[in-house]
Amino acid sequence: MILYALVLVLLGLGIHGLLAKRNLLKKIIALAILDYGVNLLLIVVGYRAGGGAPILLPGEDPAAFARGSVDPLPQALVLTSIVIGLGVTMLLVAMALRLHQRYGTLDVDRMDRLRG
Amino acid sequence: MDPVLAGLAALVVLGSAAALAMRNLLSAVIAVGIAGMGLAILFLLLGAPDIAITQVVVEVIVVTVMIRAVARTGDEEEGRPRSPAAILAGAGAALVIGGAALAAFAALPPLGAPRPTPSFWYLAESLPGAGAANAVTAIVLDFRGYDTLGEATVILAAVAGALVVARGSGGGAAGERDGAEAAEPAEAPAPAAPAAARGREEAIRAQG
Repeated sequence: MILYALVLVLLGLGIHGLLAKRNLLKKIIALAILDYGVNLLLIVVGYRAGGGAPILLPGEDPAAFARGSVDPLPQALVLTSIVIGLGVTMLLVAMALRLHQRYGTLDVDRMDRLRG
Repeated sequence: MDPVLAGLAALVVLGSAAALAMRNLLSAVIAVGIAGMGLAILFLLLGAPDIAITQVVVEVIVVTVMIRAVARTGDEEEGRPRSPAAILAGAGAALVIGGAALAAFAALPPLGAPRPTPSFWYLAESLPGAGAANAVTAIVLDFRGYDTLGEATVILAAVAGALVVARGSGGGAAGERDGAEAAEPAEAPAPAAPAAARGREEAIRAQG
């Protein structure tokens, strides 16, 4: 239950940061936190109480393994999601640096006023 | 409740909240790094070692790049007081979104009892079908290989986009740049290329 609460808090912090922060780097950080929340939610939904990693050890019974392991499918998709999150963050940081170069600030309100 | 999980959850929440609350951007980036590393340990405890490894690697890269960005842009966030109406609207939105989220979370399966209907097949088939003892590897590289191909495409597009954005000539904004930025060597060759192309066009026109 504490893990679901953690997911909820991370999602809330991420949305709050995205909406309320004015600094672009802060917004990128908030997006990363939102990303954490979503990834953790998927892993937690696939978690099985007392289950081990979905790796078949030598000599382990395959049928017992299929029943006792945690769900591997969300893990495979979260693996993809984390790496794509990295790509998105890189692109956003490049854009933020570019905007800073042009406007001399990372503050979205001031960028709005300084039309170039 | 497991005290280790509770401690890690507290670490992740503290790191994230500090990252959003701190005025100093360098401290904020370091705080989000702490949260990400705590999350990696949490993934490890939840039976997801592959995710934990990936999370550590990605977190290191993200924090490095963000520190580089902070070093380039200056590390103080400008603060301004918020109007009472904005605070009230924010609180209202938080209540509505939080209520909807709680209702949605109530419909999730209880912690530790997933409903992995298709996953039983993946777990049973990963060794005989894909030849991989690690079911996650079997899914990423074999059963759902096209997803991974799509992921590689997205990464390629993101890297290409980041390179173009970081190295482009900026649409004639040269006058607005400060000295330190304009002196960067990566920016120097960019304006030369259109000029050369124009020269070639004129030469072709003169011949014709």
